[in-house]
Amino acid sequence: MPTTPTTMQDSDTIVAIATAPGRGGVGVVRLSGPAAIDIACKLTDRAELPARLANYTKFRDGSGNVLDTGLVIAFPGPASFTGEDVVELQGHGSPVMLDALVRAALAAGARMARPGEFSERAYLNGKLDLAQAEAVADLINAASEAAAKAAVRSLQGEFSNLMNGLSETLVRLRVQVEAAIDFPDEDIELLAAPGVSAMLTDLIGQVEAIRARTRSGVRLTEGARLVLFGAPNVGKSSVLNSLCGEARAIVTDIAGTTRDLVREQLLLDGIPVELVDTAGLRATDDAIEAEGVRRAQDAAAGADLILGVYDCTDPATHSYLLERLGRIKTERSVGFPDTSLAPVVIIANKIDLRESPKTKQLESKQALTYSISAKTGQGIPQLTTALVELLTGYIGKSGNIDSNESVDTTTREQTYSARSRHLLALDAAAQGLTDAQHSIAEGVGAELVAEHLRHAQAELGSVCGEITTDALLGEIFSNFCIGK
Amino acid sequence: MSNLTTSPSDGNAPELHPDAYDVIVIGGGHAGCEAALAAARMGAATLLLTQSIDTIGQMSCNPAIGGIGKSHLVREIDALGGMMARVTDKAGIQFRVLNARKGPAVRATRAQTDRVLYRNAAREVIEAQPDLHLFQQSVTDLEVVNDRITGVVTQMGLRFRARAVVLTTGTFLGGKIHIGLQRQQGGRAGDAPSNALAERLRALPLNVGRLKTGTPPRIDARTVDFSQLGQQPGDEPRPTMSKFSTLADHPRQVPCYITYTNALTHEIIRSGLDRSPLYSGKIEGTGPRYCPSIEDKVVRFADRTEHQIFVEPEGLTASELYPNGISTSLPFDVQMNLVRSIKGFEKAHITRPGYAIEYDYFDPRDLQYSLETKVIAGLYFAGQINGTTGYEEAAAQGLLAGTNAALKIAGKASWCPRRDEAYIGVLIDDLINLGTNEPYRMFTSRAEYRLRLREDNADLRLTKQGYELGLVGADQYDTFTSERQTVDAITAHLKKRHLRPDSDLARTLASATGEKISKDQPATDYLKRPKVDAIALKPLLEGLDLAAAEKAGVDIDGALIQAGVEIKYEGYIKRQDVEIDRVKRHESIRIPERLNYATIEGLSNELREKLQAVKPASLAKAARVPGITPAALSLIMVHAQKFKSPDTQDVTQAAELEEQQHQG
Repeated sequence: MPTTPTTMQDSDTIVAIATAPGRGGVGVVRLSGPAAIDIACKLTDRAELPARLANYTKFRDGSGNVLDTGLVIAFPGPASFTGEDVVELQGHGSPVMLDALVRAALAAGARMARPGEFSERAYLNGKLDLAQAEAVADLINAASEAAAKAAVRSLQGEFSNLMNGLSETLVRLRVQVEAAIDFPDEDIELLAAPGVSAMLTDLIGQVEAIRARTRSGVRLTEGARLVLFGAPNVGKSSVLNSLCGEARAIVTDIAGTTRDLVREQLLLDGIPVELVDTAGLRATDDAIEAEGVRRAQDAAAGADLILGVYDCTDPATHSYLLERLGRIKTERSVGFPDTSLAPVVIIANKIDLRESPKTKQLESKQALTYSISAKTGQGIPQLTTALVELLTGYIGKSGNIDSNESVDTTTREQTYSARSRHLLALDAAAQGLTDAQHSIAEGVGAELVAEHLRHAQAELGSVCGEITTDALLGEIFSNFCIGK
Repeated sequence: MSNLTTSPSDGNAPELHPDAYDVIVIGGGHAGCEAALAAARMGAATLLLTQSIDTIGQMSCNPAIGGIGKSHLVREIDALGGMMARVTDKAGIQFRVLNARKGPAVRATRAQTDRVLYRNAAREVIEAQPDLHLFQQSVTDLEVVNDRITGVVTQMGLRFRARAVVLTTGTFLGGKIHIGLQRQQGGRAGDAPSNALAERLRALPLNVGRLKTGTPPRIDARTVDFSQLGQQPGDEPRPTMSKFSTLADHPRQVPCYITYTNALTHEIIRSGLDRSPLYSGKIEGTGPRYCPSIEDKVVRFADRTEHQIFVEPEGLTASELYPNGISTSLPFDVQMNLVRSIKGFEKAHITRPGYAIEYDYFDPRDLQYSLETKVIAGLYFAGQINGTTGYEEAAAQGLLAGTNAALKIAGKASWCPRRDEAYIGVLIDDLINLGTNEPYRMFTSRAEYRLRLREDNADLRLTKQGYELGLVGADQYDTFTSERQTVDAITAHLKKRHLRPDSDLARTLASATGEKISKDQPATDYLKRPKVDAIALKPLLEGLDLAAAEKAGVDIDGALIQAGVEIKYEGYIKRQDVEIDRVKRHESIRIPERLNYATIEGLSNELREKLQAVKPASLAKAARVPGITPAALSLIMVHAQKFKSPDTQDVTQAAELEEQQHQG
């Protein structure tokens, strides 16, 4: 038995990116925990790190490849932000580099920080006062919402459904395995049952499918999500293209051209942004288009900013937009009731076609309205600046904490870590399932198969919620006639 | 005992027994026996009070000990000096090893037992125990002064003084027996219930509920056609239940038999459902899901065309059979017909009808880890009174309650193993934290650290602790110490050995295991291959001096197997260590009882409701609430800490005071 630590100190060492995504030239990766200095030594190829001194160094991954160069500073506990040993690795701000650096830290034994965990540790170690503690609770709460949003964002709202589906299949599999172990006289022959192997293969297939779809999407380091919304044929795709600077969405004059979502990654003044174009919203009998409309609704639920576009030459598209936005607010995405709707920016498009003073009057009533022409580029720079300001404000505002720099820093982890935690959980679950499959193939005892499955379940549980043994037993009793 | 006052309930001044006891155990079943023995082993002056000395150690239900999860408890009792395993070896008439191929952690020993031999062996152990006395009388009242137990009163008005009392009343509290629509009071067929005591207990501020369990009709073996039944012999090599028994302790061995219900049986059962107490609403108690009556099985799994019945002999001298699998409370005429519809039972004579029994149990959430009630100091509950089922579960609780009663009167801190140390720990932790709404039975799937809680290492997990507590004698401890040292020496030796391909040793091993050694590797890596058995590595022990171990009587093969399991499972155990470490930390983070989950933003409504209902005492407990996530735990942790910060000190103190009161 290991000895019981008497302090509140956590034995895990956590890691996360501490700087806002994509801003400026410097990116900071922060480590906290008993192994922080050891891990930093591995990443920087040093035997030791002097306290509170900046050292210029190369950052390397586990294979010795140089990822970046920058500064490393160790803050041994308890005189540190969290009260534990803390190390900051300051490199260039590239999302790709920061991503690689965090991965290297994970490979060296760190664990991805939970939402607000740095601040949480600081608080638990007496580094924050009560007022700040209130803020920490709010922060974790905000971060959980951010995680829910990130889940919606990662795969069109299906991610969470897929994870839950996975968890349910895994429970069914565990019911078979555990029943065979606990009730050997009941003729439940475990691994002989082809069903168990087939279920396992199916589960691994499901995980791989989810993983593949995530890989083909955005990288772990993702930006804020902007979703374009509006009536058919008001030029949403053209707005997207003018912000991106290249023709990506299909643009025609036929209403309803964009049936699927079109995504584009871009940097708006250094901030990584994912811009999503939705299908033109209109009542339709076309099944494919109806699906597009549904996806658009889902996308709105995961947005950080909603860009509502209308055609300034057609007042009907303006009232149409307002009516639709109102409806989204009430419908939102099922399954994420806590996700609040993001701020909305109204864009009046096609000002190059504007002739009558009537429409001019209409747009001037809107405080957050920007007039542009996607076709000529008029107003685009102003819109870009406005969006950057809004996004900067959004990032700083998430935790409602302005006075406390350290807590504010933690807020910035969210964009990165919320989603990557899900993916890491998925990878770890996949590992458990693969280990279980190997165990079956090797013909080892069912108890080891069960142990791997328990681990896989615990990993999924970190996203979907824990499954207790009593719930598992309940499933066994309702599925098998147990008892002699 | 200067604080002695007259009991408020007496009419006539009751007679006072001159001897004052440290610990009185009420009930002579499996919980009562282990409780009384444990207290006496620890040196407490102990009295075992029972309705009938002749039924001490009686097996009221099926004549078997052990099985999955249960044998783990029995081995733990054995490791702590208890009697159950040794008595089972004296009475076992058929031994089996269940899950033999599913791995050492879920491997389980099960023994069919002779009821008479079991009872006799149990009584022998009880009567040989110094500091333990027996007295035959039904207990009708408890004497309580200032929320502290001071003694008990028996049926004839005799008063006994005691500093601690362990209640192990089984199904006797408010017991009600159902056969068809007929009802009668009883604690077990043929025995009276303890109604006066039940009423006395119902008056205490404890939450009481009703549970139900059942038993099948017994059959006269002389009327059964065994040629129609499948035979199930015991396993060879035959295991022993106790580490300290040998095969010479076993009586003559006999086989069990297997038969099945059929379509006609099911038809007979369905036609009798209108007179079933279960289906006519006469029974209010909840029965176990894992041990349903035959009528339950037929109704719930209507598509099944047959159900298995294990036909178990009641003993070597008895001619009764226990048809395990057809527990029923249907009317007697239906029981007759259903039994006679079964293959081999066509002419069977029923010697005792099957019945369902309802009884009182007390919500175990009113208990502490020591099994002491939170409301009456010195009063302990163990066994079915806490909502469990099974001899083994009862015995494990009895041992723990008796131990803690003895610790309490000695002024020492209470003891309960953790979930990662013993099934006893899992049992108690589940009971006092989660309670139960059906008779609680142990399953290995209840133990998250199952891989380390093995039958084979129960002594390695518990005997040192048992010795320090005074439960285990010097002899048992010395044996354990020699074994532990031998296992450690073998492990260290194997870790140093290297295997080279093309060596004689490599060829010997390969031919023994069928696993080739194609490259240079540590012996431990080779051992970790699934098909490599530790015993095959015996040639590797050459050069290790085991003379002292052999002289001390250590089973070298057994030690090698143990070392083998420990090496094979090393990786899994290390991974669990990390988990256990986290749980321990979370255990140290207490959650104030007043924490209002409704005010915590970010928790889902479902989770809020569950947490509000459970009111977990620590973060580790909260982590076991269904549907909990890491983010939710973080929120709870911060809110729990907020509660304790200096600015809210008055509230904190009040909450702590409240907690202390609960802890007594």
